[in-house]
Parts: sequence; structure tokens; C-alpha cells
Amino acid sequence: MTIAVTILPDQQLTALNETYRKAVARKRLRFALSAAVLFAAVAVASVGAEVNLRTLFTYFGNFVSYFDRIFTLENGSRVWTDIGEWFWGFRKWSLLLGETMLISYVGTLFGAILAFALNFFAAENTSPAPWLRFIVKRFMEFCRTVPGIVFALIFVIAFGLGPMAGVLAIAIHSTGALGKQYSEIVENIDMKPVEGVRSTGASWLACMRFAVLPQVAAGFAGYSLLRFEINVREASVMGFVGAGGIGQELIVAVRKFYYSDVSAILLMIVVTVFVIDIGTGWIRGRLFGEERSA
Amino acid sequence: MSRLPAPDSEGLHARYPDVFDRPVSARLAMPLMILGAFVIFVFGLVHLGFSPARMLSGLHQLGWITLMMIPPDPDSSLPLYLKALGETLSIALLGTTIAAVFALPVSLLAAKNIVPSNIFRFPVRRFLDTIRGVDTLIWALVWINVVGLGPFAGVLAIAVSDFGAFGKLFSEAIEAADNKQVEGIRAAGGNSWHEIRFGLMPQVLPVIAGQVLYFIESNTRSATIIGIVGAGGIGLQLAEQIRVLEWQKVSFLILIILVAVAAIDWISSKLRFAIIGRRAVA
Repeated sequence: MTIAVTILPDQQLTALNETYRKAVARKRLRFALSAAVLFAAVAVASVGAEVNLRTLFTYFGNFVSYFDRIFTLENGSRVWTDIGEWFWGFRKWSLLLGETMLISYVGTLFGAILAFALNFFAAENTSPAPWLRFIVKRFMEFCRTVPGIVFALIFVIAFGLGPMAGVLAIAIHSTGALGKQYSEIVENIDMKPVEGVRSTGASWLACMRFAVLPQVAAGFAGYSLLRFEINVREASVMGFVGAGGIGQELIVAVRKFYYSDVSAILLMIVVTVFVIDIGTGWIRGRLFGEERSA
Repeated sequence: MSRLPAPDSEGLHARYPDVFDRPVSARLAMPLMILGAFVIFVFGLVHLGFSPARMLSGLHQLGWITLMMIPPDPDSSLPLYLKALGETLSIALLGTTIAAVFALPVSLLAAKNIVPSNIFRFPVRRFLDTIRGVDTLIWALVWINVVGLGPFAGVLAIAVSDFGAFGKLFSEAIEAADNKQVEGIRAAGGNSWHEIRFGLMPQVLPVIAGQVLYFIESNTRSATIIGIVGAGGIGLQLAEQIRVLEWQKVSFLILIILVAVAAIDWISSKLRFAIIGRRAVA
């Protein structure tokens, strides 16, 4: 079978080819320019960050052997040959991990409650007054831009060493992050139920309770679970600055070169994070599944 | 004035039995869950050492600290702080770039439409998950052991932890790409490299570029904190000034971090829109 391909007359073809070449050339130029800018920025940044490839190459062996060392027991055998020795502090570390999860749970809940109270003022469609919305939004922005661990550093001084500082730091950060996500959900609701409730003469509070809340509850719960999961990771390093949880143990092990302890604690953290990942994923699936069937 | 007819409750009951006569288990589920959550919450408060007295004295202290922070004042360390800020921005940019460069080939291996075999994909995915499960601060600690204190350790820490995140995000972007263009290349006689280069990359690159820009922004935040464990940048100064209770300097440092993050945020969202147009950022 032959297929007839129509070939345009030369004149037309040259004109079209010319346009095509120009378009491609412009695109290439733009790409080359952006690449050059990126390279320049990276070059400046490498000077700024004191990048030293020689150090990297000299010590890269250290990085590899670090993993070799953290999987070696003190008597020189591999860690998995003697699980009991490797996880000698299993009880203590489990309790600390439990504390880490508790920190993240209480912090997330605190943050969720505060964010819940604030988000209706921050959402465009439910906020009672523009100035109030502006203030609440800026406040939440502040809460989520300052890193949690900076709050922890300050709270450790104000409230003393211990998990309380970690909880409050996580709570503040979660307030900012959840407040933003919550108010975005609220901004996307269907306003008809709100009008319906308002037309019966309901107050602002009643409007929120009976028209907005039923639409957003599942979304709120989903984001809170996601935040809980993120906060477990965050709480695992809060101990670095003395704000409770497993981080304290980890930083001591790293700093004092208790190699096999480092790998054991890291492994426990990673497994916990996995389990929580999967668990919250499952709960989220069920929540949204129910929502869809309803 | 017309009156609404009285609601016919008998009829409503008959028509919507599931609304009025829910099984006991369904009625109790919600209150029980809330009760459970509340019990854990209270247990947590007690266990973690919360008490009204501690709370009050802490808030009192915090009030003092806040008062002492005003007005923000760098004193004579302004050049030092600006240099540290530059270091932080460099760490963020460099770390993200390195991570993106290394993550691109690995993400191809983790994408279902490129490597259909589950056996090959599974270890790559778990590997990426493990890297992501470890916090940036922990990576910073490890790298400090390797290359010594300083911003270079920070760059490597951000590069490694982002490598995990990018690997996952990129592979998801690749899996979401439209397969028709790849088929088109194959139909025209291209080999599998051509398929990736001309069929996949033009679709995927804008999405990836958007994600990288977004990460530069969030890494500016991460880069500020890795200094706390000694990996350079403004976090180092911040942690030091908090430890010596120089509150005016602390508030100044927090202020310039906020300004820097806002500026990067603004620039990267402009660039994002320039690259992918006015579409929603995936």
C-alpha cells in the first residue's frame, strides 16, 4: 500500500522552515540563557557555601565507611549477628520513641484546636471582617515560617528543658500550617448551605457549626493526620535542642561515636515513621472512602 | 400570613430509617473516638510534665523574652549576619540543585512506565523511602562527621534528604505523563532513549522544574535550621545568640530569615509561573 504524502511547493516550504528554525532558535537561546544564569548562581553559591570538592573526595571514603562503622558492633562483628547486643537499649529507646509520638500527638492536637478556632477568621468567605482576616493570616504565616526547632530553642529557655518545650513548638508550627490548609478548604466550600442557614436568622457561630463544619470536617481530619505524620519526624529531632523525645539519645550517640547505637536508633525511627505513614494513610483512605459513599 | 405545615415526623421516620434509627455502633463510634483521642491527650499532658504552674511561669518568662526582643537590633554584627544569610541561601540553592541532578536518573528507575518490573522498582522505591524517613538534621549530623563542621556539610545534608523526596516526586510526575507521545516516538522508529528524551522529558520537565523551585523555597527554611547542629549558615548564629540570651539579635535574625524566605517565595513563584504558565502548580 502506498501512502501519498503531500509535499508543499518549495517556496512555501522555505518560509515555513524559516519560521520553524526561528522558533526553535529562540527556544534554544532562552534555554541556554537560563542554564547560564543557573550555572552562575550555582558557582556563586558554591563559593558562598565553601564547597570544597577536594574535601569531599578525600573524605568521601569516610561517608561510606561511616555506614560500615555504624553497622559494626564494638567487638568487630556485624550488628545483625547479635541482635540483642545491637538493640541493648530497646526498652529505653521504645519508651523515648513513645514519648516522641506523644509529643507529636499532643502538639498536633493543640495546633489543630488553635488552627480550628482561627481558620474561619482567615477564610475569605467566612471571615467577619477584612482587618481581622489580615491579622489572623499574618499571624499564621509567622507561625509556620519560623522553623519549629527555633521555637523549641526559645521555649527550652522559657519553659525549661523537657518535652513541654517540644510540644509547644510543634503546636505553634502546626497552628500556622494547619490554619492555612484549613482555611483553604473552607474557601472551597459550597456557600448555598451557609445562605440557607443564615436565611433562618442564625448567628455567625451557628452558620459555621451547621453549614460549614459538616462540609469541611473530613478534609480537616485528613490534613491533621498528615500533619501528625510530619510532626513525628519533626519531634524525633526536637531532642537535639533538649526538647524531649528520642533525639536526645540520638545526638548523644552520634557525638560520642557510639556507632551501633546510631544505626539502632535510626532504624527504630525509620520503622516508626513507616508504620505511622502507612497507618495514617489507611485511616485517611477510610475517612475519604466514607465521605464518598455518604 | 401563611404557616408552614407541621413537619410530618411519622412519615419522615418511615422514609429515612437510616437517619433516625442508626445502629448503636454507628451512633457510639464518633463519641468513642473523640473520648479516646481526649484520653490520650490528657495522658500525654500529664506524662510530658504539663502543669498550670509551669505553664504560667513559662508564659511569664516568654513575655519577658518577647519584651527584650524589641526593638530588633543587630548591634555591630550586621555584616556577619548578612554573610551567614548568603551562606544559607547558597546552601539551599546548591543542595537542591545537586539533589535534582542526581534524583532525575534514579526517578526514571522508580517509575512504573519506564521500569515495568516490580522486582527492580521495589528496592529503588524502598531505598528512596528510607532516605526520606531520616530527617535533614540527622543527615547534617552524619555529614559533619564526614566533611567537618561548616556549610559544606549542610549542602550535602540537604542534597541527600532532598534526593529521597525528589526521587519520589519525579517518578510520580513521570508516571503521570501521557503515554501517547512516547508511542508516537516509538512508531516513528525511535529507540528507548529517544522515547525518554523526546516523548517523556518535554512533558515532565516543566513539572519537575516547578517542584525544584518549590523545594528551593522550602529548603531556605531547612537551611536555616541545620546550622543549629553546626552545619553553617544563619542557624548557627541564631542558635548561638539564643544560647547567650542576646534577644535583640535573635529577633533581628528571625526577622531577616522571614524577609529572606518571603523574597525567595516571591521569586520562585514568579519563575514557576513563567515556566509552567498559569496552570495550577502540580
